[in-house]
Amino acid sequence: MQTYLIIVLAPLLAAILAGLAGKVIGRAGAHTVTILGVATSCVLSMGVLKGFVDGTSEAFNGSVYTWLVTDGIRMEVGFLVDQLTAMMMVVVTFVSLMVHIYTIGYMHDDAGYQRFFSYISLFTFAMLMLVMANNFLQLFFGWEAVGLVSYLLIGFWYTRPTAIFANMKAFLVNRVGDFGFLLGIAVLFHYSGSLDYGTVFGKANEIAGQTVQIFGEESWNAMTVACILLFIGAMGKSAQVPLHVWLPDSMEGPTPISALIHAATMVTAGIFMVARMSPLFELSTTALSFVICIGATTALFMGFLGLVNNDIKRVVAYSTLSQLGYMTVALGASAYASGVFHLMTHAFFKALLFLAAGSVIMAMHHEQDMRNMGGLRKYLPITYWTCLLGSLALIGFPGFSGFFSKDALIEAVHLAAEKGQVAGAGYAYFCVLAGVFITALYSFRLVFMTFHGQERMDEHTREHLHESPWVVTVPLVLLAIPSVVIGWFTVGPMVFGNWFGGAIHVAEAHNVLGELAGEFHGPADFVAHAFHGPAVYLAGAGVFTAWFLFLKRPDIPAMLRQKLSGLVNVLENKYYFDWFNEHIIAAGARAIGRIFWKGGDQMFIDGAVVNGSARAVGWLSGVVRHLQSGLVSHYAFAMIIGLSALLAYTLLHG
Amino acid sequence: MQSGLPLLSLVIWLPVLAGLVCLIIGEKSPQSARWVAAVATVATLGFSIPLWAGFDTSTANMQFVEQFPWIDAINSRYHLGIDGFSLPLIVLTTFITPLVVLSGWRVITDRPAQYMAAFLMLEGLMIGVFAALDGMLFYVFWEAMLIPMFLIIGIWGGTRRVYATIKFFLYTFLGSVLMLVALIYLYLKTGSYDLQDFYAVQLTRNEQFFLFLAFFAAFSVKIPMVPVHTWLPDAHVEAPTGGSVILAAIMLKLGGYGFIRFALPITPDAAHELDWLVIALSLVAVGYIGLVALVQQDMKKLIAYSSIAHMGFVTLGLFLTWSIVANTGSVVGAETAINGAMIQMVSHGLISGAMFLCVGVMYDRLHTREISAYGGVINTMPKFGAFMVLFAMANAGLPGTSGFVGEFLVILASYKANFWFAFVAALTLIFGAAYTLWLVKRVIFGEVGNDSVAAMKDLRKSEFTVLAVLAVAVLALGLYPKPLTDVMGPSVKHLVEQVTASKLPESAP
Repeated sequence: MQTYLIIVLAPLLAAILAGLAGKVIGRAGAHTVTILGVATSCVLSMGVLKGFVDGTSEAFNGSVYTWLVTDGIRMEVGFLVDQLTAMMMVVVTFVSLMVHIYTIGYMHDDAGYQRFFSYISLFTFAMLMLVMANNFLQLFFGWEAVGLVSYLLIGFWYTRPTAIFANMKAFLVNRVGDFGFLLGIAVLFHYSGSLDYGTVFGKANEIAGQTVQIFGEESWNAMTVACILLFIGAMGKSAQVPLHVWLPDSMEGPTPISALIHAATMVTAGIFMVARMSPLFELSTTALSFVICIGATTALFMGFLGLVNNDIKRVVAYSTLSQLGYMTVALGASAYASGVFHLMTHAFFKALLFLAAGSVIMAMHHEQDMRNMGGLRKYLPITYWTCLLGSLALIGFPGFSGFFSKDALIEAVHLAAEKGQVAGAGYAYFCVLAGVFITALYSFRLVFMTFHGQERMDEHTREHLHESPWVVTVPLVLLAIPSVVIGWFTVGPMVFGNWFGGAIHVAEAHNVLGELAGEFHGPADFVAHAFHGPAVYLAGAGVFTAWFLFLKRPDIPAMLRQKLSGLVNVLENKYYFDWFNEHIIAAGARAIGRIFWKGGDQMFIDGAVVNGSARAVGWLSGVVRHLQSGLVSHYAFAMIIGLSALLAYTLLHG
Repeated sequence: MQSGLPLLSLVIWLPVLAGLVCLIIGEKSPQSARWVAAVATVATLGFSIPLWAGFDTSTANMQFVEQFPWIDAINSRYHLGIDGFSLPLIVLTTFITPLVVLSGWRVITDRPAQYMAAFLMLEGLMIGVFAALDGMLFYVFWEAMLIPMFLIIGIWGGTRRVYATIKFFLYTFLGSVLMLVALIYLYLKTGSYDLQDFYAVQLTRNEQFFLFLAFFAAFSVKIPMVPVHTWLPDAHVEAPTGGSVILAAIMLKLGGYGFIRFALPITPDAAHELDWLVIALSLVAVGYIGLVALVQQDMKKLIAYSSIAHMGFVTLGLFLTWSIVANTGSVVGAETAINGAMIQMVSHGLISGAMFLCVGVMYDRLHTREISAYGGVINTMPKFGAFMVLFAMANAGLPGTSGFVGEFLVILASYKANFWFAFVAALTLIFGAAYTLWLVKRVIFGEVGNDSVAAMKDLRKSEFTVLAVLAVAVLALGLYPKPLTDVMGPSVKHLVEQVTASKLPESAP
């Protein structure tokens, strides 16, 4: 228990120190204290993971303190640490540590140096709270807290109009997801009477037996409603269509956080959450079907956008969207372990790709347009080689980590489609397969446009090109190692073995990975087996196409752009999602607000009712005023009439 | 362990007396008046600590009771006492007032002694409202409290202060008069003004119906609910910063407290019958007002509208019990709803107070509340910007801040009543974030907007202290709300029992 508390609190403490006492401890103090904090967490997390690898540890589930008590229900803050959590803890703290070190170089000249370190440490704390939660309350806390830090970091350069637009957009789009997420929690709380994972999972079958009436008489399975609502939360955080719109814009933030938050860790929170909730999702094939269709759409259609973009970071961002779609597809196919495995390998190679992109951007004096790059490999050798390794891992080059995770995933979806276990699996299989080609194409378009071919930068930039300092290249190398090798060592136990144990629950009928496990005979055999499937050839074709189009015949893409200008237009406008959100939703909300305000509050309530009654009283008193003329004779006259009337009344009715 | 001191009388009359002292000192020596105010409000805060410490959290009975004959002719008594509902609101009052005094320390140069006197008396009278257990005593405090607030807006207010004051006064006064009629009716029925007698008396359906409407008129205006809310933005805009803080942080809570103390337990059957109306109006507050807040161009108006939307959660939470019972056949969830409503009140007191103080800080420098007059304030006021972002996030209900707790509980409970209640209520996640963050974006972030912004100086020590104290409170309540639910627990349970037991005479259903 103490260990877990230290793991969580060390980065928090460091963040507070660097944030509040940043001026006192100075720049070196800020990076020392935060790196120490995160390093402590990282080392301890590795210890925790090692315990699970050795088999010496058992899952821990305990409460830290009671948040509040209501209706006799204790809402608590506590930790659940099992294999899934331990893996996430190591991924989060390791990538975070690399990013901390890298930041020393990348943010070297920035005025907000201490603030930046404070934020990324705070992020590490929030993310750890999220993955280590044993209840929905804390999960939601971590969920929104990482959103807050993401908001602060996207808007880190707060004088840039694009940055402060992007961060607000990110927060609001995530809030749309959280809206669903919170309702999902409310559904589960209603039927289980608890926010504790254990209790909720224990009552899963009971919940699945309930029905909810939402629209009229039509009843829905309560578990389907709960899972779809929870998944809407995941769609926000893990940027699934149509809530993906914030992620490309989040690239307005400094590159280290694009690597840490918007690629490796925070955006995978949705994937993690669904895997954590596997005992619930397994009880609703409708929800799984919803998950797989959304994931498949994201995987393929976001990949296309990577093909037309010229901003090096945005290409990587679209790639992230697409890969998140892959993970989501795995979840929908009940291959949770495979989705989480891809999450892990992706964390390493995508963080690497972002940091490499950052290294390029630094060398290019904050130029991000790939059309002004080219031929950089001889100036930035370490960046080039690590970026190449990362790209190979991403496209699934046989033997690299991404190969194992993606191939296992595709196999699982293939089987799920054959079995027909969820609606949409066939569509998903098509999307992930086609996505392999697209992934290879945009990845190597990036590599070729940036590092190969003609040097298209201006003379001044060329003269100042040099490799980045060691604080930048060391993290690149340290991330390149797991990007290449980790799949080989872990695919067996994590995907086809029973490493996750009780942390992930799969219904017998959906156990595609279990069925594939019979055919798994070690990583070498898996590599050999892959050559019997289409994915490897599709990836190869993608690389070849990229080489042909962007190195051999660069005139063809230009011609294609002209010929297919309609299609390119759609892609360059990102399928018009942003247009729709800005011109229909945001503008609509403002217009309605204005109508309510001017029409409802000002014209109707204040104008007609309030001031109207004031005017009515004024008018009435104006009329009545004439009665008080001040002339005694008028009053006397009125008195006489009154008396006669009274007299008449009493006489008649008396 | 109730102490021998009449603590409740002390926290009521100490500030009132100190207010009189300020008036006597007068404007010849404003500095001593300021010090009197500071010492008195801090002492009042000090005396409220034993109230909290000595409070027995195992019972719903009234504690720290004081009872003396008062107006024998109408059998009205000076009867004070607190339960789990009054205590948090009293402590909120004693906590906020010293901060208001401090925030007005240097800013108020026009008749500072009278300014301080008004706030001191206001504090005592508001605490009186929360502690009174006699209907007439309650009413006297309730109406008396209007006078200092009326003066605060009318004297230290902005350019349209007369319109705002009259609107404020008429609205609240009209509501209160109906409440007086209800109280007199209950007196005629029971022969006393004691609340316990009001709770015990049986009332027919018709009696309850009209009594409820009378109470509803008073409290719905105060809290305020749509459509009787339009006095609030005007009052806020014209009020000086301190007035806005007290208005938002405490006076609005009197409406919620009134529902808890009067409308719900005295007329439970009528409340049951009309709960659909209250729930509907509460949900309208979240949706309709959320969108209205989005398009405001005046910072104070925006926060005022945001207050109305947030108070929608209070009325929603308070009136959920019957729909929960109807939907699930059990009262489980009703306590969560009421706990949520109460926490929302306390939390909103802290957050809206802080937000109005933030606007005040900027107003003192630029003398405008127009959003468009600002931009990039964080460049010149980084410390202030950090506070503003924190409070904005709290206002948007970020977990870890107090703003989350109440909304979370009310949303959880409202699902138990009806999916769509929860659906509309949860829209606050989106709307609340939208209007608050858009405000922050336009005011705090960006390039320095103009020369006046460039000349802004960061927080003074006193401003920093006030905001820092509030920030700590907002975080503490968000991270550990249990002490609050512990204090309220038995009283909440008792209220649920009260509202689910019919008060209709058995012979005439």
